[in-house]
Amino acid sequence: MSVVIDHRPGRQQQQRQSAEAPKVRRDPAPSRLKYRLERMWLRPLYRRVVRIGLPAFLLAMTAGIWLSDETRRAGLNDGIAAIVDKVQNREEFQVRMMTIEGASPAVDKALRGMLPVDLPASSFEIDLTALRLQVMQLDAVESIDLRIKPGGILSAVVQERVPALLWRNARGIDMLDKDGHRVASVTSRATRKELPLIAGEGADLHTDEALALIDAAGPILPRFRGLVRRGERRWDMILDHGQRIMLPEEGAVIALEAVIARNRADDMLGRDISVIDLRDPARPVLRLGVDARNTIRAAQGLPALGPDGQILDEQKGG
Amino acid sequence: MVELYQTQRAMRNIRRAALQRGVIGVLDIGTSKIACIVLKFDGTGTDRETDGIGPMAGQANFRVIGAATTRSRGVRRGEIETMAETERAIRTVVAAAQKLAGVRVDHVIACLSGGHPASYGLNGEVPLHTGTVTEHDVASVLAACDTPDFGRGREVLHAQPVNFAVDNRSGLADPRDHAGNRLACDMHVLTIDGDMIGNLIQCIRRCDLELAGIASASYASARASLIEDEQELGAACIDFGGGGTGVSVFIKKHMIFADNVKIGGNLITQDIAQGLRVPLPVAERLKTLNGGVEATGRDDRDMIDVGGDTGDWEADRRKVSRADVIGVMRPRVEEILEQVREVLDAAGFDYMPSQQIVLTGGGSQIPGLDGLAARILGPNIRCGRPLRIDGLAHQLTDPSFSSAVGLALFAAHPQDEWWDFEMPADSYPARSFKRAYRWFKNNW
Repeated sequence: MSVVIDHRPGRQQQQRQSAEAPKVRRDPAPSRLKYRLERMWLRPLYRRVVRIGLPAFLLAMTAGIWLSDETRRAGLNDGIAAIVDKVQNREEFQVRMMTIEGASPAVDKALRGMLPVDLPASSFEIDLTALRLQVMQLDAVESIDLRIKPGGILSAVVQERVPALLWRNARGIDMLDKDGHRVASVTSRATRKELPLIAGEGADLHTDEALALIDAAGPILPRFRGLVRRGERRWDMILDHGQRIMLPEEGAVIALEAVIARNRADDMLGRDISVIDLRDPARPVLRLGVDARNTIRAAQGLPALGPDGQILDEQKGG
Repeated sequence: MVELYQTQRAMRNIRRAALQRGVIGVLDIGTSKIACIVLKFDGTGTDRETDGIGPMAGQANFRVIGAATTRSRGVRRGEIETMAETERAIRTVVAAAQKLAGVRVDHVIACLSGGHPASYGLNGEVPLHTGTVTEHDVASVLAACDTPDFGRGREVLHAQPVNFAVDNRSGLADPRDHAGNRLACDMHVLTIDGDMIGNLIQCIRRCDLELAGIASASYASARASLIEDEQELGAACIDFGGGGTGVSVFIKKHMIFADNVKIGGNLITQDIAQGLRVPLPVAERLKTLNGGVEATGRDDRDMIDVGGDTGDWEADRRKVSRADVIGVMRPRVEEILEQVREVLDAAGFDYMPSQQIVLTGGGSQIPGLDGLAARILGPNIRCGRPLRIDGLAHQLTDPSFSSAVGLALFAAHPQDEWWDFEMPADSYPARSFKRAYRWFKNNW
């Protein structure tokens, strides 16, 4: 409340003026307009419209008006395309060479032919996923690891399929890997002598069983000629001299092992037996060769039979 | 009466609509300050029990979400004098409370203290045709109360059924389904000047608000500051306001008398300003900071800087002792209490079973007032603060806000008034029957 009055000359007048200046009291009441606006602002719908609706509408309208002109739209598209192009063609994204590991020359050549662009190219232009799917369609390729390494190298690590079997079918002879997938075709049996031969419709679907049978055939392997899939159901093992082991549908390996054990004991396969029928493992059946049968018939005093089952005329046969 | 019945009923409907929307404002227009409280009604509030807040005397279904107070303008002796000024003050306080609450207030319940309130005790009696009291009988007994001539331009502010009697069984709060031959009721009617209500409605309407209820300030402050037992057993609430002192008498949870003494705190300030020759703001400061009614020896030595901005060094360096201030205030406070005594005598307060007196309002904060009041009014005196309501800021819980808090309680749980009952059909004007008949004829 106490006011210090400055009595120095010159200051005095100033002081008096400020003291005499009428104090304008500010009216704390909001004006009618301000009051109404405040109340309107407190209305939730209005608030939402002003805060979200109006800016969004203005933004959309500005963008729409600006884009309604054809040349501006084209210019915008060109600009965007130019920027994208500029970024993609930077030195850092260039792919200069392709390295392929673990591929045979034929696959290597096919791979290089599949690359859709000429190197050097931007890495954005090489669609690795599509390229990988395309490469995976080659039968000889089991898996491929495609990646772009720093330094602009497109690296492909290829794992090729290893042929394990030859499959003779109606279209020719195919090489199969251990899963039964085709690797390549061969023109004749002689080109890949080291591979065992299988035949028959549906044989490629059971290559694991075929391989197990071939593994189990150890001691008679020198006499082994091939496996034939019968009725897409069971295997026949063909040995040389026209001998055939008819294996059951289930437990083929066990049945084969039983034959091998019998062979080891009795030299069964060295005798004149044309077919060992194990289709019912509980009741094995042997089919004797023509000479063996005729020897038995001669010992019984019966006339000899020919291969067709007819009685041979002694005079004719002599 | 019928027209008033319709307006009060319309206000009740507005109040119900506001409660449905969940937000209602409370506007206490006093002579020294205007307070606005924004209430949010949010269900039962059952989770508050777990928060360590008690049941709050059944007032737990609302919460204060915004409260503001401002100095009153344009109000004198509890009556709106300058409408434009009062409107600005209402705008100020409503805008501030809305800002705090963050919601828009559309409906307000207001109270006013002036307007020459007058209490009437009416009684009516009807025979019961069915032998039991039905809702219709209650309405008709309320309508059958013989109304005296209230005077020209008087409006009924409260019309509360206080007591029902069936045959010779009196003191019934709810007479429905009682068996008997005769239903009688006592009704307390409070009338005030109709122009005062009109002015208030006009002011509130100009602020784009809708009036959802109106109450007497002395009734509201008694609702807030009398505890339930006092309301039941009988008590008087004395609301020391700025422009007047409200007196209301309660018994059996009903107000049975209300009046207004036209001397208030502003007159005390005026006395100090005149007696000590200080400007009014200084006098107000002296009263609130150093006021009292009991002088002690120490008060003689307690010198207070009066201060001033007159430019006269001698006048600005003046000091008064606290005893001087008390010496000016005490006669005026005594006069107020004497007049309150007269009002209570007129109301027959001496014949009440319990004579509890509760002092509230801003003036009740004068130190030593309860001692002085005990000498003049009676031995059972206490200073009452308003009931605690949920969410009200601490600085708004002092006694001067008791009428605002009482209005909040009034908004949440209004007592039954005459217009809460359906008006009996025979007192409807015949015109409406004709209209209904015509409607049926035209449409069927």
